[in-house]
Amino acid sequence: MYAFNYHRPGSLAEATKLIAANTEAKLLAGGQTLIPTLKQRLAQPGDVIDLGGIAELKGIKVEGGSVVIGAMTRHGEVASSAEVKKAIPALAALAGGIGDPQVRNLGTIGGSIANSDPAADYPAAALGLGATIHTSKRQIPADKFFTGMFETALEEGEIIVKVAFPAPKRAAYQKFENPASRYAIVGVLVAETANGVRVAVTGAAPSVFRWTEAEAALGKSFAAGALDGLKAKADGLNADIHASAEYRAHLIGVMARRAVAACG
Amino acid sequence: MTAESGIGASVRRKEDRRFITGNGRYTDDLNRPGQTYAFFVRSPHAHARIKRVDTTKASKMPGVVAIFTGKDVADSKVGGLICGWLIKSKDGSPHKAPPHPIIALDTVRHVGDQVAVVIGETLAQARDAAEQVQVEYEVLPAVVDPKDAAAKGAPQVHADAPGNLCYDWELGDKAATEAAFAKAHHVAKLDLVNNRLIPNAMEPRAAVAEYDFGTDSYTVWSTSQNPHVLKLLLCAFVLQVPEHKMRVIAPDVGGGFGSKIFNYPEETVCTWASRQIRRPVKWTAERSESFLTDAHGRDHVTHVELALDKAGKFLAMRVDTHANLGAYLSTFATSVPTYLYAPLLAGPYTTPQLYIEVKGVFTHTTPVDAYRGAGRPEATYLLERIVETAAREMKIDPAELRRRNFIPPDAFPYQTPVIQQYDIGNYHASLDKALEMIDYKGFPARRAQSEKKGKRRGIGFSSYIEACGIAPSAAVGALGGGVGLWESGQVRFNPTGSVTIHTGSHSHGQGHETTFAQIVADKLGVPIENIEVVHGDTDKTAFGMGTYGSRSLAVGGSAIVKACDKIVAKAKKIAAHMLEAAVEDIEHERGVFKVSGTDKSVNIAQIAFSAYVPHNYPADVEPGLDETAFYDPLNFSFPAGTHICEVEVDPDTGIVDIAKWVAVDDFGTVINPMVVEGQVHGGIAQGVGQALLETCVYDKQSGQLLTGSYMDYCMPRADDLPSFEVGMTTTPSPLNPLGVKGCGEAGAIAAPPALINAVTDALGIKHLDMPASPEKVWRAAQANRPRMAAE
Repeated sequence: MYAFNYHRPGSLAEATKLIAANTEAKLLAGGQTLIPTLKQRLAQPGDVIDLGGIAELKGIKVEGGSVVIGAMTRHGEVASSAEVKKAIPALAALAGGIGDPQVRNLGTIGGSIANSDPAADYPAAALGLGATIHTSKRQIPADKFFTGMFETALEEGEIIVKVAFPAPKRAAYQKFENPASRYAIVGVLVAETANGVRVAVTGAAPSVFRWTEAEAALGKSFAAGALDGLKAKADGLNADIHASAEYRAHLIGVMARRAVAACG
Repeated sequence: MTAESGIGASVRRKEDRRFITGNGRYTDDLNRPGQTYAFFVRSPHAHARIKRVDTTKASKMPGVVAIFTGKDVADSKVGGLICGWLIKSKDGSPHKAPPHPIIALDTVRHVGDQVAVVIGETLAQARDAAEQVQVEYEVLPAVVDPKDAAAKGAPQVHADAPGNLCYDWELGDKAATEAAFAKAHHVAKLDLVNNRLIPNAMEPRAAVAEYDFGTDSYTVWSTSQNPHVLKLLLCAFVLQVPEHKMRVIAPDVGGGFGSKIFNYPEETVCTWASRQIRRPVKWTAERSESFLTDAHGRDHVTHVELALDKAGKFLAMRVDTHANLGAYLSTFATSVPTYLYAPLLAGPYTTPQLYIEVKGVFTHTTPVDAYRGAGRPEATYLLERIVETAAREMKIDPAELRRRNFIPPDAFPYQTPVIQQYDIGNYHASLDKALEMIDYKGFPARRAQSEKKGKRRGIGFSSYIEACGIAPSAAVGALGGGVGLWESGQVRFNPTGSVTIHTGSHSHGQGHETTFAQIVADKLGVPIENIEVVHGDTDKTAFGMGTYGSRSLAVGGSAIVKACDKIVAKAKKIAAHMLEAAVEDIEHERGVFKVSGTDKSVNIAQIAFSAYVPHNYPADVEPGLDETAFYDPLNFSFPAGTHICEVEVDPDTGIVDIAKWVAVDDFGTVINPMVVEGQVHGGIAQGVGQALLETCVYDKQSGQLLTGSYMDYCMPRADDLPSFEVGMTTTPSPLNPLGVKGCGEAGAIAAPPALINAVTDALGIKHLDMPASPEKVWRAAQANRPRMAAE
């Protein structure tokens, strides 16, 4: 780790001021990506702004038909929250399947979504449930938020405040893990929402995406069998030593069918 | 008293008090006054010429104590690392032993090869400065696969090893094997790869080296499985330091699996540098360095053929193996794919003829050497895969085919056609017990159940034999080994009757502090809490050969028994004096010395006191009660057994679920069943790791290590493994005083073929190279859809 200036603002206003004054600074949320990157000397920021001291970024509320989760809320808190379990059980289950207990006790939803790791779980929840990301500047629908590999619609100095998930009629997430890292090789979240069926796929491509053909098929008949014969396209999918694009395309179908079945 | 703590008792491990309370003391826990820190500059290329190493800028960085390059090492006349086992090629020529400098001089030969070392006041300063060492490379083409490296026109690793060939070795009777093949009813053939593994001991390698100017001597703390051997190598072969001027201490060591047997560049550099700067030097591997520089394991590419007669009797086997040795020869690298491999291909079978050819090949990869099992897992995997293949092709039940070819229990001692003479065994007994434990008869019903769920179920056998207790020194010498492989043991009574055992072997997870204490508790009736085991310090223990090859109990334990025998012999003389009887009339049983036919007795504690306070003492007996023995084994020992596993494959995803695992092993006499079961569990976990999860991947073009972290290198985790059902059969070895055989590697040896046999059975395919990773299994499942309903 190289030396850097450490800041720990006590309010969102203070944090936005700090980041505005120093656009090269890195925001530290749960640190599950940033800290290992710093330790391996792969990044050398002059300033790190720790968001851990900002009370208004924390906590879980159910407001109207939505579960609203503060950006600095830990995965473990979401996984064990009685309110989340009741309103969107699939979201609690997804959070409980991220990493291991150490990761879940430090990692945050805001950090995960802002990082837009292609193999992360939360992007599937945000996109699949049609969440809205509230930032220090505006509200961004999930459909417009994830723009590419490690890329989002966030602008310079923009800080995620909270994420609002409208409760679906039913939803489920199924993940095929990389045996080594246990990140998603393919993760599929299927949700039947007020605005139709949504199918979000993470792990398979450079960024989370919606499998629209599957959404259309499930829109007609919400049953695993509705996806029989439907194949995700391998073009543009990720390939590595663990899984080829073709295998990932196949797994999208398997995980989607299993997610539909798990919706009950 | 001893019934609960003697031989055969599952005594809780004495060492666990410190380990589970965080009080273990490992090399990295140690800090010396004035200590500095070493950080290595490593090659980012698999193969390159070093054009220039510029340390000007780095030397000016804060906290830099010194920077050394390959040239500094060469100028100080330090030798290179050596390989301690001479292998002769078919034509009688010795193996090629190219230089192995402790810091690369003009060429780097694998990613991670060390180019310079920066010594700093702090680790961070050393690291900061290391980033400023400027190395100019001329990148050269690299080769990573052993068959590619042996092919014409491959990039050359060493100028003095043409064709990248270290040796072209053979074992067995070629003509007789060919003749047997000519008469075969059936020949089974397979091409397979034994996948390369990275050891991943929990504690990374580390060293602290200190040079004392006043006494002109060194103390080296190092994560070694064999501190005496390391000292011998450092002193006599590399640094030219007299042995009485060096002390090597291997304190608590967190796992070795073979990877900590060897003499590596890093501890050698630290030792050498500590004299140059006259300050202690510490180095601890980062996990990334462990991936790049710990000696890797396995990496064979093999063609095998098995000839059978009509009744399924094995007539002969021939094997052609390319073994990857990596970029340099590690300490025992040459022996692993030759004498630790080929003789084991006889297995538990009566195969009358074998012919094995092995080409040891250099590549631009990390050196390869012994890793849990060392040669025997490679042999067992090959043999049990080809036996299974033959059974399927000849439509003979795989258990039955093995039974037909097992060496019968009344045929021991049994001389195989390839060197080894097995002392004892009962292979039928292990197989029968394993079949019963797994309910072999119920398998078709279980398979049908799985198929109903859309899964495919398979069963896989592995009947293994291995050679442990390495080894009779003369035999090892005859085969090219450069060392003796005896062990030392010392039993020292303290005046009030407690005992300190000194052993030349080393415990880095094996539980010696308990098992060895149990031996003395059993032999001499001393309560186990009054016994301490000391190991791992060349100044405290007599010279010894250390721990590897499941040898510690068979060889080191036997040395302790011999020391106990000497204690008893002396104690009898003292007892005779105390009891005013003739020595011949003294009987001994578990620490009680009795005059035959009377109730007059003294115990070992009273005798010990008398020996140290010899006020009333026999004139012709020396004071003290402290005996040392050296034990050179009469033969290897031969643990054997059968593992059977059942898997359920999900054809939609390729996930292999291990449904059942039965292990029946014959380890001879068992001192501590709990420790033995732990070894079996750990061994199977590593075997499952190899068969299902682990593999070391290098990029074929660049030679970069693609599995350089846990993000990509998959170690087995608890939820990857089933509950193991462990059974035992016992034929005590007649060749050592304890009747023991060794248990440390059996699981890692037996497991891989059992698992791959089960997976290929489930999929109805001939072969699948390890690891049976999800995509490979899925593809095989797609290519070979449902079996016929009649089957």
